[in-house]
Amino acid sequence: MTIRRLLNAATPGIAVVLFFALWEAGCRLFQVPEFILPAPSLAFAALIALWSGIWTNAVHTLVTTLVGFGIAVVFGLVLGIVVGASALIYRAINPLLIGFNAIPKVALVPILVMWFGIGTVPAVLTAFLTAFFPISVNVATGIATVEPELQDVLRSLGASRIDIVRKIGLPRSMPYFFASLKIAIALAFVGSVISETIASNVGIGYMMVTASSTFRVPLVFAGLIVIAFMGVSMYAAAAIFERRWTGWATRRGETSGYVGGG
Amino acid sequence: MAGPLAETGMAGAAASFVEVADASLRYGGDQDGVLALREASLAIARGEFAAVVGPSGCGKSTLLKLIAGLNRPSAGRIRVGGADVVTPLKTIGMAFQNPLLLPWRTTLENLLLPLEIVRPHRHRIRNREDYGRYVAQARELLAEVGLDGVERRYPWELSGGMQQRVSLCRALIHKPEILLLDEPFGALDAFTREELWDALQTLWLEQHFTVLLVTHDLSEAVYLADSVHVMSARPGRVIFSSAIELPRPRTPEMRFGSTFVDYVHTLRAHIGRARGTT
Repeated sequence: MTIRRLLNAATPGIAVVLFFALWEAGCRLFQVPEFILPAPSLAFAALIALWSGIWTNAVHTLVTTLVGFGIAVVFGLVLGIVVGASALIYRAINPLLIGFNAIPKVALVPILVMWFGIGTVPAVLTAFLTAFFPISVNVATGIATVEPELQDVLRSLGASRIDIVRKIGLPRSMPYFFASLKIAIALAFVGSVISETIASNVGIGYMMVTASSTFRVPLVFAGLIVIAFMGVSMYAAAAIFERRWTGWATRRGETSGYVGGG
Repeated sequence: MAGPLAETGMAGAAASFVEVADASLRYGGDQDGVLALREASLAIARGEFAAVVGPSGCGKSTLLKLIAGLNRPSAGRIRVGGADVVTPLKTIGMAFQNPLLLPWRTTLENLLLPLEIVRPHRHRIRNREDYGRYVAQARELLAEVGLDGVERRYPWELSGGMQQRVSLCRALIHKPEILLLDEPFGALDAFTREELWDALQTLWLEQHFTVLLVTHDLSEAVYLADSVHVMSARPGRVIFSSAIELPRPRTPEMRFGSTFVDYVHTLRAHIGRARGTT
């Protein structure tokens, strides 16, 4: 039994190792040129050799992403509450939101650069604009789907609409909210890195663009690995928060549908 | 027990606490909407236990909502305590078939929810001393329905019957004048249901709030209520009212006595009529 449990705990690690092993083997077997697809060993070698440079850029990207993500959380939460609490507002701005979500955020970067110049600000804003949508949609859903009978119970006690949102809507939407954070943090990375690749002179995205323009492909892949690692770490952090704050939603067993496995 | 056992709802209109007079409600548009209630009339005295029975979809729940002030009638009037009901009343407790407990709150916290909303409790409950008093009150209520020691448990750790008891307690914790029950025992098994009947009867005999129970279970209505009103199929209206003159407290044995059975048969006949005609 314990061996089985150990194996169970190790499966994600095994999958990662297997992935890199297959990649390495494929590169060697088919003798793929380094400038097309470098073997992971080369990418890791570049990662170690150029660590100090990569580190600075990685930290910059991480901070940029987290700031954008933070704004997205606050804005997404507020927007979600407002939209979820009022059917009128929901109807009014739903098309706008869907339309905005359909816009590729890459297309916004040049505009942001025109307004704020090249650098960190467009990256922060792109991260924010990419990440807020799932948060507000999830929070709004949680609030808007409060059982009508429960609303009746509260209204017959003299509860205002704000009371209902505060006492029921918000706590109820927390599992949705935390689930959306896991999606949003990944999107925030997408946003900031896209902006860095287009218009920045610092950050992982910028580093990858300069590396690829000089055909230092292992460094490009080192950048990808760093982004993926940061993404996984942030996802894990969000999952931990989720478990801490909304354990009640998962403790009910397998049937509750909100949360995918961490 | 000064309950007006003898008078039917109609006859006692002058002294009634809850008064529904020719109330109609149409959901949706003025002409094309669904007529849920048509000139329904009903009167309940203060402290009376009234029940409404009828075929499903006859507007029983609508009637509750009108009395609670959650909906306004399209025509007719609703009066509670002599005043027209125009906004949601604040002295009401409600319980439904679904216990609707909040899964992130413990039983005790669920029970305190109404006190966090109803004035003046909502301001007092932040004060530590008063909070302690409210907690004691909640524990007492839980003990009365046979739920000692569950206050720290979460709703999903309780059985369906226990959850429904908590739901009843939540409807009563703020000492409402009127308790509105919408098929609260409908989803329970027969034994649990009968236990809950007695729990409710005990609470009512002690506190003598006014109750309107909506149900489709005729035995339940006769067992619990002072007066039973039969509603017709949609659009609903009250077509028959009967006082139930059985002594209190009612006991399970009474359900097999001839008086009890006669009441149920009479109601059954009227329900049959209600389903047959429109």
